[in-house]
Amino acid sequence: MPVVFRRLMIVSALCGLALAGCGGGAPKFNGTDLTGASWGRDFSLQDPDGRTRTLADFRGKYVLLFFGYTHCPDVCPTELTRDAELKKKLGADGDRVQVIFVTVDPERDTAELMRSYTAAFDPKFLGLRGDEAATKRAASEFKVFYEKVPSGASYTVNHTAMTYVFDAKGRLRLGLQYTQSADQIAADLRALMKQES
Amino acid sequence: MKRLLVVTTLSLAAAAASFAQVQVKDPWVRATVPQQTATGAFMQLSSPTDARLVSASSPVAGVVEIHQMKMENEVMKMRAVSGVDIPAGKGVELKPGGYHVMMMNLKSQVKEGDTVPLTLVFEGKDKKRQTVEVKAMVRPLNASGGEMGGMHMDMKH
Repeated sequence: MPVVFRRLMIVSALCGLALAGCGGGAPKFNGTDLTGASWGRDFSLQDPDGRTRTLADFRGKYVLLFFGYTHCPDVCPTELTRDAELKKKLGADGDRVQVIFVTVDPERDTAELMRSYTAAFDPKFLGLRGDEAATKRAASEFKVFYEKVPSGASYTVNHTAMTYVFDAKGRLRLGLQYTQSADQIAADLRALMKQES
Repeated sequence: MKRLLVVTTLSLAAAAASFAQVQVKDPWVRATVPQQTATGAFMQLSSPTDARLVSASSPVAGVVEIHQMKMENEVMKMRAVSGVDIPAGKGVELKPGGYHVMMMNLKSQVKEGDTVPLTLVFEGKDKKRQTVEVKAMVRPLNASGGEMGGMHMDMKH
């Protein structure tokens, strides 16, 4: 397919998502462009050391924010594995990426569990948790849906699997689907880094 | 092949002669970290005749179910299903992004390099059941498994 054609299709697909600002110079991303969204502005949650963290703590970093839970056998480890691969693909720029995993299951996901779980993927990944109310607030700010589903004597948690990308100024920029590859995301992050350099 | 870990068949009454053997290839379980009490098992199933995986159990988990993962409007939904069909000669893969054997209420940490016994029960079209015991390899927590979204196993070590 001619490149121009493909670009036109991507731009129209982005416009189709009811986003503002579909002008001629719209950057082309593999992820969904969320620039200028009136939601997904901040969070206030605890790291495994018990310190309260907000988005402002990560200025200068490109934050990848993902909601999930450690008892998830499929999507969560797959996305975190991909994010670790992404950091490697970016080479030195990988150090400018901060992956944050927020639990939607604070009942089982203790601070210690969050610490050892994220470290299994990358020692720099950060796990955040809050009490039930704080988790609800954070999820609602990011339009993240989650619900407990009883399963025998245990339960699983259905949840939004979107990963959010923030630029170095802490602005929400992209929404990534779980099917997007490390290569696709690396291309998006390079584009974002280029814009700001 | 080393990975073909069909260990024993405790075929019920009906006898092995009349019931074709379901093959379980490359079964693996995702490792856990301490305190994590759930994980998933994945494998490739094939059968010369139509069959269905109807249940699974393991001594390492209090609850074992067959689950299907589905994405609906960006929401990851997991639900227990009554079984997974194995079409004759075609086979089916339980892998990230689709079906898995959900293992809950784990009795202890599942460590990379260990093996986990799994008992799988299959049912033929004639409703006859066969039980297959496998030993699943434990792969690291960050094993990618299936070919989801162009991802692949990174074999660098």
